[in-house]
Amino acid sequence: MPSICFYFQVHQPFRIKKYSVFDVGQDHNYFDDQNLNEKGSRAVMEKIAKKCYLPTNQVLLDLIHRHPEFKISYSFSGVALEQMEKYAPEVLKSFQRLVKTGNVEILDETYYHSLSFFYSDEEFIEQIKLHRKKIKELFDYEPKIFRNTELAYNNELAALVEELGYDGILAEGWEHYLGYRSPNFVYRPKGTNKIKLLLKNYKLSDDIAFRFSNQGWEEYPLNVPKFCQWVNSINGNGHTVNLFMDYETFGEHQWEDTGIFNFLKFLPEEILKHPDNNFKTPSELVDLYEPVGELDIHNILTWADMERDLSAWTGNSMQKSALKKVYELEEDVLNSDNEQLIDDWRKMQTSDHFYYMCTKWFNDGDVHKYFSPYESPYEAFISFMNVLNDFRFRLESEISRA
Amino acid sequence: MFGWEFPPFNSGGLGTACYGITKSLSEKGVEIDFVLPRSYKFSENFLNIISDKLPKIKIKEISSPLVSYATSQNYRRRVFLLKKSGINNIYCDNLIQEVYRYSLLAREIAKDTCCDLIHVHDWMTFPAGIEAQKILNKPLLSHVHSTETDRSGGHGTNPEVFGIEKEGIKKSDGVIAVSNFTKDKIVKNYNAAENKVDVIYNAIDKNEFSSDSNCENHFNFHGKKIVLFLGRITLHKGPDYFLDVAKKVLEKNKDVIFIVSGSGDMDQQIIEQAADLGIADKVLFTGFLRGEQLRKIYKMANLYVMPSVAEPFGITPLESLASKTPVLISKQSGISEILNHCLKVDFWDINEMANKILAVLENEELEECLVDNGFAEIDRFNWNNVAEKIISIYERLIWRKKYM
Repeated sequence: MPSICFYFQVHQPFRIKKYSVFDVGQDHNYFDDQNLNEKGSRAVMEKIAKKCYLPTNQVLLDLIHRHPEFKISYSFSGVALEQMEKYAPEVLKSFQRLVKTGNVEILDETYYHSLSFFYSDEEFIEQIKLHRKKIKELFDYEPKIFRNTELAYNNELAALVEELGYDGILAEGWEHYLGYRSPNFVYRPKGTNKIKLLLKNYKLSDDIAFRFSNQGWEEYPLNVPKFCQWVNSINGNGHTVNLFMDYETFGEHQWEDTGIFNFLKFLPEEILKHPDNNFKTPSELVDLYEPVGELDIHNILTWADMERDLSAWTGNSMQKSALKKVYELEEDVLNSDNEQLIDDWRKMQTSDHFYYMCTKWFNDGDVHKYFSPYESPYEAFISFMNVLNDFRFRLESEISRA
Repeated sequence: MFGWEFPPFNSGGLGTACYGITKSLSEKGVEIDFVLPRSYKFSENFLNIISDKLPKIKIKEISSPLVSYATSQNYRRRVFLLKKSGINNIYCDNLIQEVYRYSLLAREIAKDTCCDLIHVHDWMTFPAGIEAQKILNKPLLSHVHSTETDRSGGHGTNPEVFGIEKEGIKKSDGVIAVSNFTKDKIVKNYNAAENKVDVIYNAIDKNEFSSDSNCENHFNFHGKKIVLFLGRITLHKGPDYFLDVAKKVLEKNKDVIFIVSGSGDMDQQIIEQAADLGIADKVLFTGFLRGEQLRKIYKMANLYVMPSVAEPFGITPLESLASKTPVLISKQSGISEILNHCLKVDFWDINEMANKILAVLENEELEECLVDNGFAEIDRFNWNNVAEKIISIYERLIWRKKYM
């Protein structure tokens, strides 16, 4: 009896505007994005609100009304929620309506959608606290499950997250670590006692998120009965099918004319036709199932690319240097006690800034380019480093004042 | 094929391109009679060098003082000097007349030549190509490396040259443009049908620059970084923008040396501009460089800047990357259409150009990523691919002439 567990990632960064060396010392609004035009944060939020968030929320709200047993979960980054408050309050309201139905679970993550776990435990924990606070404030909700930025995971992360009191954590279900084992069960992370690990069934997840409209795919077109048949075939060989994906799959990555909304609309009914199937949220799964075994994931595992690592964020020397220089400032920034400085510094930690500097696919000009607000990874790096220099001057003058 | 000078006797990219194209075509079995103008100035060992390098090419010379990138002005000076030294009296005093005289001589050569197609490079050979076409009744393919509108920087376009280009393009059975940037001009300014023009980007012989010649970098030893301009010192290459940006950069970072390498009709003006801007001590002029010196100067630089106002292709950024020096190029260039791992800027945007130069000079990681990725990327630009594309155009034009 496989349960279907949906988790959708909702995240938008505060993009750094085109910032020149001649702006250093003059302009301290790094995220005011008017000069990025249609690729600036406000414009992107407004566009995605219309294409994805609002219509998808409506579809899901209708589904919950029609099928009271239909359940989903979300992880919202703090910076995405902040942008909804600023640029698209109607989107926030519609998420709040969804959460109120009681069929929606919210997961915790770092407020700034950062890679802080790999650079500073203190900063990582602080950003989770800020996230909990925001979720409590906006949704009156206290998450029990944690997921890290880009699903970046290893044993140490699981142990720390257990210490922080979470019941469960999510990771990619990659055969490189699973071997013969199936991602469709609950596992125990190595070195932990209580916390449970839920694994993304990446094949079925990516069938929807990446391949749905790919006409070169042998299974194209993907329709609801076909997909349900794949799910049902797991019956007897798994407890749960974890479908984890970016929320922007619906309407943004897969446009409306691909039929993605209809797919979503008719999926629950078809799934529920089979009497053994149901929908569960991560915390329900954790409560329901005991781990079938221990998983030892020593290296960093993510849900990104073929490599399933962080190379898209930390692979080249520009990225490494930018990350190092941001985290070097931690002590001084926190000691400054200046709220604006601390917030700016944390917004600079958002993983997307480093992703925009990735050069590994730049030759082909493929999908990654589409999402970058910059003309090239080099331009992303230049604006970032100029901002960082300005920030350092502000920080120095703040310290000398104090 | 009516072409131009070959390295090491070239004065710019046209010679490099002619050499790369001819060499790789002949390696693929294309037999070429290569016609080029030659005045007394070429030493006798020129032919020996060429026949060593290109054993399968038959060189046919026409005595003429025409050189690539000639302008009416510098042509007149050249002929004046020739006559003064008592060399020859048969050349015309006026460039355009000489181009037509050349075409009549080309006609004589065509009479003794047997070929399947006539391939000409840039305007000065167009009339020769047309004459040969009349004699031989074979398809004419004109290869456009630059147009008069590029060379004049949009100011003072020479109507006679423009007329020759227009006539050549009209009479041609096919046209090769070195970029979409150039194709657009051929279609818009010269009224060519869009489907008559194929775009074939130029290439580079990577090994020629990447060989490890150990060069000492004196300036870096004193904490100084080097920014290089390399090209003809003429309006469309934007040397004046280079100096304006030098001034901007020096306001933020004193430890930079700007090298201007090349010569041209704006030499004097540019030296004066550097003095007027008060940066004469930070700008070095090397004159025209070739061979080992050229390879050295690329390697010495921390960044190569090509601020061209209008650049049909731009082979120098590829040479720079082959030398493992990163590049900043103007968006008004053919090469910017296809080169990814470089910095790009509008030639007039001095602030943004300075921003990017300073970023490279002050962040070694940026320099490193640009070089590593750029060096790998230029593998795509090889003459072998160019020759294959040219051969398929040859085949198409020959087939069409025969059967349509």
